[in-house]
Amino acid sequence: MAQARVVVVGAGPAGVRCAEQLVAAGLRPIVIDEGRRDGGQIYRRQPEGFTRSYATLYGSEAQRAESLHRGFDALKGRIDYRSETLAWNITAGELHVVHEGAASRIGFDALIICSGATDRLMPVKGWHYAGTYSLGAAQIALKSQACSVGREVVFMGTGPLLYLVAYQYLKAGAKVAGVLDTSRLRDQLKALPQLLARPRLLRNGLSFMASLRKAGVPLLAGIEPLEIKGDAQQGVQSVVVREANGAQREIACDAVAMGYHLRPETQLADLARCAFRFDPEGRQWLPEVTLEGRSSVPGVYLAGDGARILGADGAENAGRLAALSALADLGLQVDRAAVEQLLGQQQKMDRFRRGLVQGFPWPVQQAAQLPDEAIVCRCESITAGELRRVTREMGACEANRAKAFSRVGMGRCQGRYCGQAGAEIVAHAAGVPVELVGRLRGQAPVKPLAVVTREEQE
Amino acid sequence: MNAQSADVLIIGGGLMGASAAYFLRRRGVSVIVLERGLVGQQASGTNFGNARRQARNLQQLPLANRAYEIWKQLPQLIDDDLEFVQPGHIRVAYTEEQVGVLEKYARDTREYGLHLQMIYGDEMRARYPFLGKEVRAASLSPDDGHANPRLAAPAFARAAIRIGAHIFENTEVTELAKEGGEFRAGCSDGRVFRAPSMLVASGAWGDTMSAQFGEPVPLVARGPQLGVTEPMPYRIGPSIGVATPLLEETLYVRQIKRGNIIFGGCGRGPAHTDTRRAYVLPEHILTQFRQLARLLPPVARLSVIRTWSGIEGYMPDSLPIMGPSAKVSGLYYAFGFSGHGFQIGPGVGDVMAELIATGSTSTPIEPFLIKRFMQAPAEQVLAV
Ligand SMILES: Cc1cc2nc3c(=O)[nH]c(=O)nc-3n(C[C@H](O)[C@H](O)[C@H](O)COP(=O)(O)OP(=O)(O)OC[C@H]3O[C@@H](n4cnc5c(N)ncnc54)[C@H](O)[C@@H]3O)c2cc1C
Repeated sequence: MAQARVVVVGAGPAGVRCAEQLVAAGLRPIVIDEGRRDGGQIYRRQPEGFTRSYATLYGSEAQRAESLHRGFDALKGRIDYRSETLAWNITAGELHVVHEGAASRIGFDALIICSGATDRLMPVKGWHYAGTYSLGAAQIALKSQACSVGREVVFMGTGPLLYLVAYQYLKAGAKVAGVLDTSRLRDQLKALPQLLARPRLLRNGLSFMASLRKAGVPLLAGIEPLEIKGDAQQGVQSVVVREANGAQREIACDAVAMGYHLRPETQLADLARCAFRFDPEGRQWLPEVTLEGRSSVPGVYLAGDGARILGADGAENAGRLAALSALADLGLQVDRAAVEQLLGQQQKMDRFRRGLVQGFPWPVQQAAQLPDEAIVCRCESITAGELRRVTREMGACEANRAKAFSRVGMGRCQGRYCGQAGAEIVAHAAGVPVELVGRLRGQAPVKPLAVVTREEQE
Repeated sequence: MNAQSADVLIIGGGLMGASAAYFLRRRGVSVIVLERGLVGQQASGTNFGNARRQARNLQQLPLANRAYEIWKQLPQLIDDDLEFVQPGHIRVAYTEEQVGVLEKYARDTREYGLHLQMIYGDEMRARYPFLGKEVRAASLSPDDGHANPRLAAPAFARAAIRIGAHIFENTEVTELAKEGGEFRAGCSDGRVFRAPSMLVASGAWGDTMSAQFGEPVPLVARGPQLGVTEPMPYRIGPSIGVATPLLEETLYVRQIKRGNIIFGGCGRGPAHTDTRRAYVLPEHILTQFRQLARLLPPVARLSVIRTWSGIEGYMPDSLPIMGPSAKVSGLYYAFGFSGHGFQIGPGVGDVMAELIATGSTSTPIEPFLIKRFMQAPAEQVLAV
């Protein structure tokens, strides 16, 4: 029999471990990634020619990053690796990709999607001024290009990444003007038993906070973001928040990095026609996936943050598990004991995940309180007031309908950044639970596709 | 009126059903519309939005003219803005033969009041500098335009509701029958609606309904494919279509005031009436890209941000099924608009309302009657 064609999308922790497992079983998978180098978001490799050490770049995670990179380097010649290649569509048994302006199709017997996550964002008045970045983008600037997004940066939002990136900026010598967290200490205390599932990560998080505090950075918990002040020419000038004690506070800065934990990149799963289900704890729609990585579509597997936010270690395990599931489904031998062991670890990861969701909750009430004049959809410049108008006056209580009437989610990002907050605003305005609002349907292309794209003849 | 019964039951809340409900109410007739999903979610909300009379079959022009009069009055009529603009519509040709086709069409449509202008050479280049060099001539229909299809059917529905129509969304009709002089529509959730008259306006699903009344028609459901680019400065003006006998050249394009360019054509994908989804086929997108670069070179510098499709019902002669049933009194049809129902939509609603309320219509619809598909008796078929 000809060798099974297995395609892995994504060369982050999940994708790399997945490919490794497939190679160990004697396959030669195709690994595609839109980035220039492997490593994914967390272990993003610096461009060729940059020479920062692992310790400088990845801090406490240096060993893990190095191990993943070594692992990937060792696959050289044994996988068909295609970097700077975007998967833009999926049809039955075929992945459609584009590389340097040429489109081609890759047939597969099994497709393992390890597409990762991006920041989950909640709009705030003024977030469209130049100088507002997502936490992830701020981190990319640092890791990839060794530069800061501003001279004085405010970090606002919630979740473990908030403290991690602020700490990385501090260590890199940037001025951190403040770390403003919407969750309260008591949320984290309540989540402590679950967070203890991974004591090392918990310790790391606490040490980032301690270092920031020691450096004199104001760390505020339980804040309510009110406004990012600025203007069209100068960009961001300050951030105004209400503190937990009710006092209003303005912090001067020239950049804001913002994020509320993560949202999985699910468009490929959507285009593969995977079933989705609402996750009431995280208040977001996630593709249905078993702990072993099987989606609802035979032959399509999901692993890593793209399916469920378990963090980097969880993603490595998930990648291995998805590969083992694919191998088993293709009729190849797999080591049951290895599967069981990985599943055991994943259960711990999942406990920790729930702890994070509880400890750093998505600030739903902020969507309700967002002033009418605040922009929700930055691509199309549509305000919260307009979204509320189509909900209340035109009866758009469903996500795609609200998009059709208001254009929220219709722009370049196709709702990847405004979709979840938009759904909360609609839910509140309509007085219905957010799960009834549904989710925006994924539509190709996954990211903007140049009209000059040509089909490559095989 | 009991909300479960009315003078007319309309099955399907697309543009046809919604506008018919509106015009029936204007004539004082009580109506109930049953829509399986949300109003205007299928073909009527996913289409390209061309509101053009040019390039229509001559037999359709009286209906298109009636629709045009409604489009012009729209914001006042339904108190809503459908983003209808009239920058004209140009149809362009790449070959001498097609130039001839356009010229003949321009002559033939004069008696229908279309007044198309043929534009050639330097004048055409000066007026439309964005056209590719292969374009030989353009036929301008100055009053044509385009509108936002996502807004159209819901706006008609809201206007109809304001004047007393009852519209039930998320209401799927699973059985239709005529009993004791009354039509009955049974729904998947057990509700039953009744009326002495019924209008089947269920788009690509219309054939299964006409078949329940013994009038099957050869409708095929397909999914035309559309896409939209990122914005560029607004400068194109008219909507543009390519006159060609080759499916892969049949591109149509319009630019909206925000700057984005919407395009479609060049091929249709399969449509799944059971799951109610039509997915785009990547090969058609790439064909559209090639044709876009050919028709409008400046657009080739942009990126496309989204593609989509929708489910439309096509008849073998490209004409709709419109008018009374040939077999069942009180039963009316308006479906199968074969890829060009958007512009005529408001006219269809008005004509059907007139027909149902008065028994006749001042706009000729003879070519659209379902009786053209009446099957020959079985013995005759066997004898052939
Ligand atoms: C992608 C695309 C591009 C197009 N471009 C253009 C264009 O540029 N210009 C133009 O003039 N035309 C265009 N058309 C055609 C135009 O959109 C259609 O002709 C027109 O919208 C048809 O309207 P309708 O009301 O008949 O159908 P639909 O809008 O499909 O409405 C039918 C309704 O019936 C409902 N229904 C079906 N079965 C049931 C049931 N059992 N119970 C309850 N409800 C039911 C459906 O849910 C649906 O809402 C295009 C079509 C498509 C798909």
